[in-house]
Amino acid sequence: MKCQRCDKPATFHITELTGGKPQELHLCEQHARSYLTESEPEQGGNQSLAGALAQHLAVGQTAEELNRLDQQACPICGITFFEFRKEGRLGCPHDYICFQKEIEPLILNIHGETRHVGKRPKCSPSNTDRQTDLIRLRREMKEAIQSEDYERASQLRDEIRQVEQPR
Amino acid sequence: MNVDFSSLARTSGEWLRGAGPEADIVMSSRIRLARNLADYPFISRANAGDRTEIERILRDRILSIEEVGALTYVDVNKLALLDRQLLAERQLISRELSDAEGSRGVVLADNEQASLMVNEEDHLRIQVIQSGLNLQSAWEMINQIDDLVEARVTYAFNENLGYLTACPTNVGTGMRVSVMLHLPALVITRQIDKLFRSLQKISLAVRGLYGEGTQAMGDFYQISNQITLGRSEADLVKQVGDVIPTIIDYERKAREFLVRESHENLHDRVSRAYGILRTAQTISSEETMHLLSSVRMGVNLGMINDLEIPTVNKLFIYTQPAHLQKLTGGELDTADRNIERARYLRHLLNKDEHGERGVSQN
Repeated sequence: MKCQRCDKPATFHITELTGGKPQELHLCEQHARSYLTESEPEQGGNQSLAGALAQHLAVGQTAEELNRLDQQACPICGITFFEFRKEGRLGCPHDYICFQKEIEPLILNIHGETRHVGKRPKCSPSNTDRQTDLIRLRREMKEAIQSEDYERASQLRDEIRQVEQPR
Repeated sequence: MNVDFSSLARTSGEWLRGAGPEADIVMSSRIRLARNLADYPFISRANAGDRTEIERILRDRILSIEEVGALTYVDVNKLALLDRQLLAERQLISRELSDAEGSRGVVLADNEQASLMVNEEDHLRIQVIQSGLNLQSAWEMINQIDDLVEARVTYAFNENLGYLTACPTNVGTGMRVSVMLHLPALVITRQIDKLFRSLQKISLAVRGLYGEGTQAMGDFYQISNQITLGRSEADLVKQVGDVIPTIIDYERKAREFLVRESHENLHDRVSRAYGILRTAQTISSEETMHLLSSVRMGVNLGMINDLEIPTVNKLFIYTQPAHLQKLTGGELDTADRNIERARYLRHLLNKDEHGERGVSQN
């Protein structure tokens, strides 16, 4: 068999997977090499989290707005938007709600969807608000102890006990 | 229950046995689920006390599961570096969990097929790994384990977004489906980069098993889903599963092509690789992987007849630094490891059933 691009014998048989039907190519070594090393335009969808986030934030936001956004902190775990942006990791489940406006476009960019359609827990967590409260209460209790406000710490401990229920 | 790491280094997990569908090309099928407790901050905001509590809760609840056979808890924080590396080389824990600090651990189940990492990037990372192409069975197994854990804890879950994870790239199903493939002929025929680009376009990720990026050692490549939200678990299993037979077919065609068009070159490559592994006096981990890859293909193509695939699979793992040091009984520097590795390979590869020696050994 001859190379499809010159008269040399075809020693490489390439199957092209992209674009609908698989396509067979028969090429000599030289043409195969140049074919395989042809650079293709990169398409979106594979950007890193940081890249996607930076891109999203760059659109229509002034430095001042971005700065204000960076200062925003989650009332539950205390993480600032800046910290999330730097690390790419969220601080607690509530961040998905309190930073929703910023995170939703990011999620859309990564997954192309914003709604879960898969498995759900069988024991429906109807009381997730209370679970989230626990994260906040425990944090506040630690802060109260640190600032030696033991009265407040003991109040918080009682609240935590009320919310916690034996499973 | 305690784990004897020296004996662990000598046994081999289920997924290494080289059985299962398409096992000549598909090394293993792996699924992992990322889960978090609803009432604790994610790891980045968890202090030492939180992490200790998360570890205690998950350990106790998981160990109370009776439906999946014997469970073993390993307190990774108390392990020596070498033992942690051993678990990572074995793919029972991630490199991240091995290298991290503070309260963390892993529950091992079912002959190394399942492992549940505590305090990794998420509070809980459940993994099931099986030999050959077995995604459906891996999914059924991990789904059952997830149900059993879920009956004992409250997962962070949101009606719209599904399972909430520390990184938004995992939100939704929290599921990563991956298949590890041995693709030496696609590498030799230089078709591998092309394949990667095609897969990326359908939002599948490809990465080398050992080593960084696409620079795979031993020609092992892991194909996995990138998207975790907006598709059901069954769809994700299908998305990855559907593309694998095509890739297997390309690898087989490339092997047939090499056998047909350059049989001498291929046989020479395989024989030289086998020869070096059987006679070298000092050899690096990288070179070992590289040569074992040719040998593995040679066994599958019938060019080497006195070696079994499970042995070759094991050698890929056993010649890595932590396994090698465990097997030879002590910590060694790189130069000494290379000598021990060569000695180990000579010992294993020159042994035959009749006790006859083809190559003289010192």
